[in-house]
Amino acid sequence: MNDVLDVALRLVVVFAVFMVLPLVVGQTEHKVMAHMQGRLGPMYAGGFHGWAQLVADGVKFAQKEDIVPADADRRIFQLAPAVALLPYLLVLVAIPIGPSESAVGQVIDAGIFFVLAVMGVGVLGSLMAGWASANKFSLLGGLRTAAQLLAYELPMLLTAASVAMAAGTVSLPGILNAFEWWWLPWQIVGAIVFFVAGLAELQRPPFDMPVADSEIIFGAYTEYTGLRFALFLLAEYAGIVVLCGLTTVLFLGGWHGPWGADGLGWVWTLLKTAILAFGVIWLRVTYPRLREDQLQKLAWTVLIPLALAQIALTGIVKVAIQ
Amino acid sequence: MPPIPGSGLAKGLAVTLRTMTKKTVTAQYPDVQPELPPRTRGVIGLFEENCTVCMLCARECPDWCIYIDSHKETVPAAVEGGRERSRNVLDRFAIDFSLCMYCGICIEVCPFDALFWSPEFEYAETDIHELTHERDKLREWMWTVPEPPALDPGAEEPKEIAAARKAAEKLAAAQEQAAAQAPAAPEQPARQEDEGPTE
Repeated sequence: MNDVLDVALRLVVVFAVFMVLPLVVGQTEHKVMAHMQGRLGPMYAGGFHGWAQLVADGVKFAQKEDIVPADADRRIFQLAPAVALLPYLLVLVAIPIGPSESAVGQVIDAGIFFVLAVMGVGVLGSLMAGWASANKFSLLGGLRTAAQLLAYELPMLLTAASVAMAAGTVSLPGILNAFEWWWLPWQIVGAIVFFVAGLAELQRPPFDMPVADSEIIFGAYTEYTGLRFALFLLAEYAGIVVLCGLTTVLFLGGWHGPWGADGLGWVWTLLKTAILAFGVIWLRVTYPRLREDQLQKLAWTVLIPLALAQIALTGIVKVAIQ
Repeated sequence: MPPIPGSGLAKGLAVTLRTMTKKTVTAQYPDVQPELPPRTRGVIGLFEENCTVCMLCARECPDWCIYIDSHKETVPAAVEGGRERSRNVLDRFAIDFSLCMYCGICIEVCPFDALFWSPEFEYAETDIHELTHERDKLREWMWTVPEPPALDPGAEEPKEIAAARKAAEKLAAAQEQAAAQAPAAPEQPARQEDEGPTE
């Protein structure tokens, strides 16, 4: 009985985090983006500087009619938002935010494998949506998503493998336990490659060709309305949280920091994640969208060679220090 | 020196970060009234007493959005044996602001200073007919007309003031002369040197 309670409690906490953090990131994006463009952003909803804007948006989405196009593949069309969103919830279960056993939803021995495999499923949601919508723009968006996934999953896996090599384990808490401060300069190239590739997988600007609104309306999400559309948007922000959390855990030492081992570890994890999330927003505001061929070129001629070089470096240093 | 690769990307990030720390330019209009520049064209006010129903404004209006009705009244002679005079009396003066394009020609052309720009702009209506402002409403706008903005430093004196000042100076000079000549030749009246008319 106690075990059941324990599991239930952990799931509730993870679910709460999953519901709250993406909204916080979304609201931060509203405000940061506005101020970076010399605007104020939302000011009314909720009274104080529009803090409840996303709640208001959610209410609006819930009120809208849920439309399925006549020629659409009904089942797949309706299932796609869930497929896009749920993997991020599952990944969140495995991310440790503190040093103790209780600071992670579920310790998974093959953590990196689990996390990267499940994150890959998330992109499947966009593919399903693109194919099932019976709309040529959606299909184009879906195919662009597929091309992007193919190009960027590889550097992501390679850099994650580099960290796993350095730590000698694929468990996320295990990697953190092995972390030393000098891993930071050692793995910095890998960290950048991982982060950029993750951005591309999330289809965040400047890598948002699959939803390039000036070219293909809204890509795979063109035909979606109401709550299902909101779920796709939520998936994007959940993806930011997960990507930043993963980058923190794999490359930035997670809970390591002053007093990190004495109970303040979770503050460090959240702080580093928040800084990375700010970076995601900052990049979005600053850079224009890449062209489709530039995207492929960046992945295959820059990121993958860099990732391979990182693996080589990791291997050499690993052998040298043993 | 060739630019360092990636320096453009860094520059872009710096620009957005710098903008974030600066004050925003958003005007929070319904909460904060805008600061309008002088001579703002908001709405047209009518100072009825100055209107002679000459119809110049209505005729010059490119949109034909000014409606004027009037009738003539006879004014009895002012002096015994004089001639009766007729006078125009304004019955209706309306401006249809749904047609008005705020060119200001009516105000420019009015020879008697009966029309003025007011900076008030919050008179939107849900019914387009309400945008035809009748004379009482145009009169209400008149009380919102601001003082004319001060002249630029070194600007030419306004004609009315210049004329009045010249007359006053002439009068003062004449009195001074008279005062100077009075003890010497009291029988000689003060002579005026200038030919110009004194109003």
